[in-house]
Amino acid sequence: MFAQYAKSFLLYEIVKGFLLTLKYMFFMPRVTINYPNEKGPISPRFRGEHALRRYPNGEERCIACKLCEAICPALAITIEAEPREDGSRRTTRYDIDMTKCIYCGLCAEACPVDAIVEGPNFEFSTETREELYYNKDKLLENGDKWEAQIAANLLADAPYR
Amino acid sequence: MSPDFVNIYLMPGLFMLIHIGILVGAVLGGVAYLTYAERKVLGAMQRRQGPMTVGPFGLLQPIADGLKLLSKETIVPTQSNKPVFIIAPMLLFMLALVSWVVIPVDAKLVLADINVGILYLFAVSSMGVYGIIMAGWASNSKYAFLGAMRSASQMISYEVSMGLIIVNVLLVTGSLNLSEIVTADRPLWIQLLLFPMFIVFLISILAETNRAPFDLPEGESEITGGFMVEYSSMSFALFFLGEYANMILMSAITTVLFLGGWLPPFGIEALAFVPGIIWFVLKTCAVLFVFLWARATLPRYRYDQLMRLGWKVFLPFTLIWVVLVSGILVYTESLPK
Repeated sequence: MFAQYAKSFLLYEIVKGFLLTLKYMFFMPRVTINYPNEKGPISPRFRGEHALRRYPNGEERCIACKLCEAICPALAITIEAEPREDGSRRTTRYDIDMTKCIYCGLCAEACPVDAIVEGPNFEFSTETREELYYNKDKLLENGDKWEAQIAANLLADAPYR
Repeated sequence: MSPDFVNIYLMPGLFMLIHIGILVGAVLGGVAYLTYAERKVLGAMQRRQGPMTVGPFGLLQPIADGLKLLSKETIVPTQSNKPVFIIAPMLLFMLALVSWVVIPVDAKLVLADINVGILYLFAVSSMGVYGIIMAGWASNSKYAFLGAMRSASQMISYEVSMGLIIVNVLLVTGSLNLSEIVTADRPLWIQLLLFPMFIVFLISILAETNRAPFDLPEGESEITGGFMVEYSSMSFALFFLGEYANMILMSAITTVLFLGGWLPPFGIEALAFVPGIIWFVLKTCAVLFVFLWARATLPRYRYDQLMRLGWKVFLPFTLIWVVLVSGILVYTESLPK
């Protein structure tokens, strides 16, 4: 009883709390990051913005097998294809409706030639809906832009597949 | 114009105006950067970064916030008592600035070196509660009214024990003049005797300025914004400035009463070459840090706990201490002449 009074009168627990916050202020690392200038780490498996990849010689990988279109649970992918002049089978149209996409990554899983992938980019917000209806040009452009990182991520994740 | 008029009235008047301008500017700048410091300190104690975007390390954040507040529309509720509604924040803000007149920031550097300085401070800080009651009453809203009631009873309760603490200080210094309180001779045993009063005073000024953990008047979790719930734009900014200016003022009073004002800390003569005003500012900042530190550390008191602490703990304790201090002073015959 007396000890309890003495403790509360001498602000024992309040001083303890104050020392705790002081410790947090000076001896604990920050847990937040300054987002647009600093970014958190991203897993190689991160499923971000889509991209269509090319072979090193510049030939596009996609062979228009339409497996991605078939597996897409959100029906976000639309593909039309016909043989090119040299006889190889290519897409004439490859659209992804990014407003429908649920970023499940099944298209990338299904692709036999690693053509469609989900890259590390997650900052592709737009001001209009129309800009989110990606066509083949946009996807190939993404592929060219992010190729280095996409290739590195695929390599890093390969042992676990 | 006769030379007498110029020498006696005009020149001192001009000098005073400049002095007032500098003082007000310093207080307002202090308020602006106190809000910044508060956000930074709270952030650091919660392992966050605080404002970082506007300017280097977010240093321009207070300016951005001020501009944003000024550009908002002032809303006066239809059911409110308009003149009182508009006067209340002005009154509060004015009272927060007016007290600075008697604060000695350095030897001889005080606007009005009056012999009842501490009484004046006490009177003005008691007036502050009128601004809050007027705001709560004129808003004609439940929350504002509850906030005003809480604030009034809280400030009155804690002023009682604050008064008794100041009596302790006056007993050992023997003067009501703030400059003389600073320069009064204080041996170590007197400082030890006053130390518990210093702690109680720190807690009381938290309550007096309605800061955490005693910020029930604006308790946002139960009465949304308390007495300032109906205010917006400039009138809100005045409340805000008033509250923070009051924090700085109370820290300055603590510095003057307990921490030796502009004198070097711990009476170290070797540090006397630093201008007194710098010591004064540093000590005030140290007390302000305690304000922010308490806000980061302590949860809000319940209202009955607040009242119990004020009336049943602080009041008897300070009262006993007044008797104790005066008894010791009389016994050792060291009462100031």
